[in-house]
Amino acid sequence: MNELTSPTAERASATGSAGAFWRAMWAVVWKDLSAEWRSRELLTGMLVFAVLVILIFNFALELDAKARASVTSGVLWVTFAFAGTLGLNRSMASEKDRGCLDGLLLAPVDRSAIYFGKAIGNLIFMLVVEMVVLPLYSVLYNTNLFHPGLLLVVLMGSIGYVAVGTLLSTMAVQARTRDILLPILLFPLVVPVMIAAVKASGGFLQGVPWEELKVWINLLLVYDVIFVAIAFMFFDYVVEE
Amino acid sequence: METKPRWLTVLDVLTAIFFVVAVFLVFVFAPMERTMGLVQKVFYFHVATAWVGMLGFMVAAVAGILYLIKGDRQYDTLGLAAVEISLVFFFVAIIMGSVWARPIWNTWWTWDPRLTTATIVELIYAAYIMLRQGIEDPDRRARFGAVYAILGFLSVPLTFISIRLLRTIHPVVIGSGDPSAEGAFNMSPRMKVAFFYSLFTFSVVFVDLLLHRLRMGKLAARVEELRLKVSA
Repeated sequence: MNELTSPTAERASATGSAGAFWRAMWAVVWKDLSAEWRSRELLTGMLVFAVLVILIFNFALELDAKARASVTSGVLWVTFAFAGTLGLNRSMASEKDRGCLDGLLLAPVDRSAIYFGKAIGNLIFMLVVEMVVLPLYSVLYNTNLFHPGLLLVVLMGSIGYVAVGTLLSTMAVQARTRDILLPILLFPLVVPVMIAAVKASGGFLQGVPWEELKVWINLLLVYDVIFVAIAFMFFDYVVEE
Repeated sequence: METKPRWLTVLDVLTAIFFVVAVFLVFVFAPMERTMGLVQKVFYFHVATAWVGMLGFMVAAVAGILYLIKGDRQYDTLGLAAVEISLVFFFVAIIMGSVWARPIWNTWWTWDPRLTTATIVELIYAAYIMLRQGIEDPDRRARFGAVYAILGFLSVPLTFISIRLLRTIHPVVIGSGDPSAEGAFNMSPRMKVAFFYSLFTFSVVFVDLLLHRLRMGKLAARVEELRLKVSA
């Protein structure tokens, strides 16, 4: 990260050039990934939590072969959503706690680069958790979840979830009731993602033809486009002092 | 301290008169529905309260946009007022719907798109108010409230579409009706009069309450100011 060591040069290049935007964004992503690589706090927490959720579902729903066919996609997405909130909260709280967020905001870069940096970091963490949960679930319940359609749905659903979640977690950490606030703010807004993702994943696992599932994929696509754009527009207002 | 303005009192009286007329139209003027009978009367106020519930959502989103552009605290009070009123009205609409659904659908509640969307809208309103309660700094509270109101307003149509893609039994009385909907009916001209008059009346009720709430918000800000002056 040599470019960050000379602030004057950075400031000059930060005024609008696309190269500076990408560099700033990847610097934020890189910072999150290397911090996580050293502490391994967030991912361990999310993963253990995800496994526990699946375990609880196992007892709560008696996941025998017949029940599994219809509830697998629901169990998976509830697990992703819960583990996702845990990660989003932690990722933003660690920025807030030691004043790192203020430091980031003081950097002479476009604020949306910070948003996209945080969002991509959160997306990577969420995808890592999902890529561990899917094979684990496959082994535990003796099914094969590695269907290309399902992987597409997981990616698209996670993008929508993280796009809104990153914006809302930035708001939630600045409130007094931060830990309970994020799921309350986030879940009512991601209902479309959850419905479409559960329906599409279930459809792919049960071999429903693509024509019938296209509508859910389109819905996910529309949600992703709208909310990435909206979060990008509003992030400035959420971090303004 | 300013007293309640004259025109607001006039509007209060007008609203009360409109309301009495609406009750008359619904119970006396509009004919009894042939198959559903008396319980169909719920429909006039049910749709009207639900309309006010959605109206407040729109007002809050527009107020949010205006606040973010202009930074005037008045728009923030407007957004909060609209959400508070709509929270109550939407709840009333849901309760009235249940009263109607019990004899017609034979259940208090069903996970139909409109009912589910209504619940989610209520939850978004509740989340909006909880978000505001968690933040002390008034500027930040106003900004976050505005952003959340806009996000909520954008997500609700998508929620509705996604649930609609599942299945519906809610009757669509206005516009083209799905023949499989249970409890659908055609409105006679007199019913239409009562219906549209109810919509109008509840819109006036909404505006009246909104103006009162705005005035209250202004007074609350004033009290806050004076308290700071005294404690300083």
